[in-house]
Amino acid sequence: MRVRLLYFAVLRDIAGAPEAELDLPEGTRAADVWQRLRSEHRALAEYAQPPLTAVNETYVTPDALLRDGDELAFIPPVAGG
Amino acid sequence: MTYLTDAPIDAAALARQVVRSSDGAYVLFEGIVRNHSEGKSVESIFYDAYRPMAEKEIGAIIDDVRARFPDVAVACLHRLGHLDVGETSIAIACASPHRAEAFEACRTIIDRIKQTVPIWKKERGPDGEEWVGWQHQC
Repeated sequence: MRVRLLYFAVLRDIAGAPEAELDLPEGTRAADVWQRLRSEHRALAEYAQPPLTAVNETYVTPDALLRDGDELAFIPPVAGG
Repeated sequence: MTYLTDAPIDAAALARQVVRSSDGAYVLFEGIVRNHSEGKSVESIFYDAYRPMAEKEIGAIIDDVRARFPDVAVACLHRLGHLDVGETSIAIACASPHRAEAFEACRTIIDRIKQTVPIWKKERGPDGEEWVGWQHQC
């Protein structure tokens, strides 16, 4: 299945891109994608737990199952206002 | 409704949008860029957002506040992009027949926006730049 991963703020800087298209096996959870990012980017290695997670613009728990066509975003600590 | 803007915020105009002849008070909150943060000098801030989700989250907060304070008229605008010290990053206007509800509604909105809305800021100063909050998480 295809999932669109959006990078924001510090994660965009670390990834060096605003987004990525992922080809994932059925049954992949949001937290699995976070672990994959940790393995790809040394700057994330120490962050064992994913930050807040959103699927299709709604907050979800990291164990949320992903579906084909989902838009996934990890939300670093927010600082609006 | 659009709660995000890339342009400078005219807070007085925002207040004029909400005040009705039945109101006895309005509370206008402006968040502004300060020149220091945790002991470091700050020269400017870059605000980034997950725009469609931020619009939805602010909208949900405003809907909640309107339901809780039905007599209060509310408007809110958050600026994104590069802001210099002293510039307004957010303005919230709450008008009400009586002041207590206007104060409480305004405070509820800004407190909740700071907690859940996917907006981020990168502070820039003489020592470099840093995304706020990242180093203290996880």
